[in-house]
Amino acid sequence: MRQISTALKLDENRLASPAALAAYRESILAERDPNRPIIIVCHGTGCLATNSPKVADTLRRAIAAAGLQAQVVPEIKTTGCHGFCSRGPLVIFHPTGLFYQRVQPEDVEEIVQTTLLEGKPVERLLYVDPNTGEHIVHDHDIPFYKYQQRLVLRNIGKIDPADIRDTIAAGGYQSLAKVLAGMTPEEVIAVVETSGLRGRGGGGFLAGRKWRLAVENVRKSPGPVYVVGNGDEGDPGAFMDRTLMEGDPHAVLEGMIIGAYALGAQQGYIYVRLEYPLAVRHLSVAIEQARALGLLGQNILGTGFDFDIKINRGAGAFVCGEETALIASLEGRVGEPKTRPPYPAEKGLWNRPTIINNVETWGNVPQIIEKGADWFAGMGVPHSTGTKIFSLVGKVNNVGLVEVPMGITLGRIVEEIGGGVPGRDEFKAVQTGGPSGGCIPWELKDTPVDFDSLTRVGSMMGSGGMIVMDKRDCMVDVAKYFLEFLMDESCGKCVPCRMGLERMHAMLGEFTMGKGSLEDLDELHSLAEGIKDGSLCALGGTAPNPVLSTIRYFRDEYEAHILHKTCPGKVCRELITYAINSELCNGCTLCARECPAGAITGVKKKPHEINSSLCIKCGVCFEVCKPEAVEIL
Amino acid sequence: MISFTINDREVTGQEGWTILEVAKWHGIDIPTLCYHGAVEPYGACRLCVVEVDDGQQRRLVASCLHPVQEGLKVQTDSERVKNVRRWILQMMVDEHPGSQRIKELAKSYGVKESRFKSDRVEDLCILCGLCVRACDEVVGARAISLGNRGVRKEVATTHRLPSPECVACGTCLYVCPTGAMEQLFDRIRG
Amino acid sequence: MSVSFEKIEAILDRFPPQPEHLVSAFQEIQAEFKYIPADAFNAVCDHLGVPRSQGWAVATFFKSFSFEPKGIHEIKVCLGTACHLKGGARLVEGLERELKVERGHTTGDLLFTLDTVNCVGACALAPVVVVGEEYQANTNSRKLKKHLKKVAAE
Ligand SMILES: Cc1cc2nc3c(=O)[nH]c(=O)nc-3n(C[C@H](O)[C@H](O)[C@H](O)COP(=O)(O)O)c2cc1C
Ligand code: SF4
Ligand code: FES
Ligand code: FES
Ligand code: FES
Repeated sequence: MRQISTALKLDENRLASPAALAAYRESILAERDPNRPIIIVCHGTGCLATNSPKVADTLRRAIAAAGLQAQVVPEIKTTGCHGFCSRGPLVIFHPTGLFYQRVQPEDVEEIVQTTLLEGKPVERLLYVDPNTGEHIVHDHDIPFYKYQQRLVLRNIGKIDPADIRDTIAAGGYQSLAKVLAGMTPEEVIAVVETSGLRGRGGGGFLAGRKWRLAVENVRKSPGPVYVVGNGDEGDPGAFMDRTLMEGDPHAVLEGMIIGAYALGAQQGYIYVRLEYPLAVRHLSVAIEQARALGLLGQNILGTGFDFDIKINRGAGAFVCGEETALIASLEGRVGEPKTRPPYPAEKGLWNRPTIINNVETWGNVPQIIEKGADWFAGMGVPHSTGTKIFSLVGKVNNVGLVEVPMGITLGRIVEEIGGGVPGRDEFKAVQTGGPSGGCIPWELKDTPVDFDSLTRVGSMMGSGGMIVMDKRDCMVDVAKYFLEFLMDESCGKCVPCRMGLERMHAMLGEFTMGKGSLEDLDELHSLAEGIKDGSLCALGGTAPNPVLSTIRYFRDEYEAHILHKTCPGKVCRELITYAINSELCNGCTLCARECPAGAITGVKKKPHEINSSLCIKCGVCFEVCKPEAVEIL
Repeated sequence: MISFTINDREVTGQEGWTILEVAKWHGIDIPTLCYHGAVEPYGACRLCVVEVDDGQQRRLVASCLHPVQEGLKVQTDSERVKNVRRWILQMMVDEHPGSQRIKELAKSYGVKESRFKSDRVEDLCILCGLCVRACDEVVGARAISLGNRGVRKEVATTHRLPSPECVACGTCLYVCPTGAMEQLFDRIRG
Repeated sequence: MSVSFEKIEAILDRFPPQPEHLVSAFQEIQAEFKYIPADAFNAVCDHLGVPRSQGWAVATFFKSFSFEPKGIHEIKVCLGTACHLKGGARLVEGLERELKVERGHTTGDLLFTLDTVNCVGACALAPVVVVGEEYQANTNSRKLKKHLKKVAAE
């Protein structure tokens, strides 16, 4: 890491005042030729997994070999995730915005020939709208991007997160300079307060109010204070925070430095989830580079303000995303939640006032300072201002990360941005709010997506997971799945959560086997209320939500399991059978060879059969059958 | 002095006291399992929950940990409170059918064993953590801890071997509410 | 990987003797040896001034620490929500049959450890399985089988 900052000559450019930052930015911009073409090869986790480094390499070599004229040799830039990983690896040409998807090294030769030398798009690499069949040439015309409002994500996909000069050229750290040049801590807090910014990590508490509480507590009891960035992102099916930390780590750092200034903190921590090694790497590089430039560490921008940030990695416990558990874990204790009050703003890390915010919350702070509280409050709806990033996954055509103004309807996100459910069905439900959120049915698709509306329909905003389900998903199974997750992640300290979730899980297990009775549904309801009321922390306190919301909106599915012993989604094993449709089966023998139970018999080129007494319902035949002859009954 | 009400009765307590302490002082009964006057409260069994109304919100809190507040309205036996206690005792009596203390508590709330009753009568530990806290705070030996998490949580010694730190004083035996320590003790002491 | 005191010492040298470094120190030990050997465990606790019983509580609380050696290749099958809906559970079961080992355990030849994980943040590519450092995106039982053969041959 040291080498990187040395290579970039950052130490030599240490910024001695807020004004020096502006001058440094000018010098970076002056060095750059605004007309030079840039080819962006996405290097987010998704595209890395689908081979993007090799694409970038091949591209580099092919371009060198192509003998292009010096002034048109494009610069190749590797960036964070563009949010559209299901189409990766992505290759985008600037300044035109020509957008290629699913690019592999084999495609590079044609790209160089057709696009770089002849100036034409490679048709087959363009995005095809699944609903209209139309080929779309430019990124800004793709519906997935067209309806988004990317503010927190504004730099991601444009800057190289490992080069702070990109961030600075894009306007990074200007808000910090503005704050240090002439705002009092009080003024900073007032701006955040009037912006109406609510926490993006789950609870939705007003960030400005939290800061003010902490400051008042420091005044009452002077001494060290801390700021913490919560990047534990435990909600399964969500990757907003990961994308932000990997793609624009400086946005998080800048927000935290501003927060530290407002509170008078000298030390900050970012707690990053174990499964996110790339985020740790990019944050570490960013911290190192910011230090070298004098944006972090001693005497920041020559103003006498000292503040530094340390990264802590999680060790595999969802509950450590909960603030009191996170703090315990930072102190080297077991990650068990504690009863609040006292809240961290009063007694946090080492019993000192501590502001803990989600990393996306921190990522919002610089632009609020830059553009003003009113600008921010003007977006979204009253009580839910600004934009929110959602991870739109599951049974939807355009899977990915989307940033939209608060208050947009659920239906618009799924239908317009997500392009609807594959196969043109309606979605059955959208699960929001993470494992302890709720399932919102199609009938409520006009629900505005904001903190209060989601709570009203029995779900919650949570951290921004949005999982789309269609008719092939079973809502009883989904409820059971979330309980399984939470049971596994419960710290086990308090009885309602430790034993209660296990009991709920056992009851749901009975339903998925077609056992139980309608009275059990009432029992389950009363147990759910008991767990909500009795649990120590919000993990147990919200864990019954998936069960309660599915009973509320999908009671018919519970009844189908209990009364008719059928699973409408054809998921619950005990209630389904696999069979081969003899009219579709072409006798390829693949399924018979793959079946681990030896349950499939038949001769080559003749329809096969499944012996249901041997079948273990593993679904391998269903997965491998090309003519889709395997049916679930 | 802080004045507030418990079950509509005016009571007073000192700043920093918990609801449970004030209730005990005034002879108002609240059931507990993981509480013991000799160690720090822990808030795990949740049997001591009470419903509080602070003028803004009505919610359930653990009385063994919740500090008293001026004007607070506390109900120790509301329907919500009873629902929580009944379920806690239901699950405990099913999981630990061998414990006499749990059986009696359950009976007083009209709770009987259900179809989920476990057949492991020897499993008595309810993970209240009293032994661990007593060993740490009273004895200072720190021979045991609560290891693992969730449904796999257990009272354990390091590497599950007899603990060299154990001084065999028997304090844990004394505080254990269910008798589970009787079985564990020999394995801890070695 | 042999457990040498030099290696343990080298790791401990990176941490000032304060309890707050407990999790980080265990992480480095786990990364070095692929498990937390008893000697290393004791050395970490003693160095940081953490009672061993408390160290035990911490080390057993977190999913990423283990007290038995893990295989050379760690397989993590994602069971996050997106992967669950796309058949993650069937993938683990398939691997359990293929490797003849239950989830959470290591094959007899110490080649593979089969684990599950609740989301690796690549949900747009569900179902996802991570083998070592490599993400297998949009995978299925057949692709996985092939990939594991390749990995085992390396
Ligand atoms: C079980 C549980 C898990 C949580 N996980 C996270 C998480 O992964 N990331 C996060 O930012 N907040 C998480 N939270 C919320 C935090 O406790 C806390 O409210 C948040 O970090 C505050 O920041 P915010 O106000 O900016 O959202 C979790 C809460 C609970 C109860
Ligand atoms: S509610 Fe669950 S996670 Fe929270 S303290 Fe209780 S057992 Fe632990
Ligand atoms: S990683 Fe490339 S679009 Fe997400
Ligand atoms: S006595 Fe209060 S939680 Fe157990
Ligand atoms: S759910 Fe599998 S990667 Fe997120």
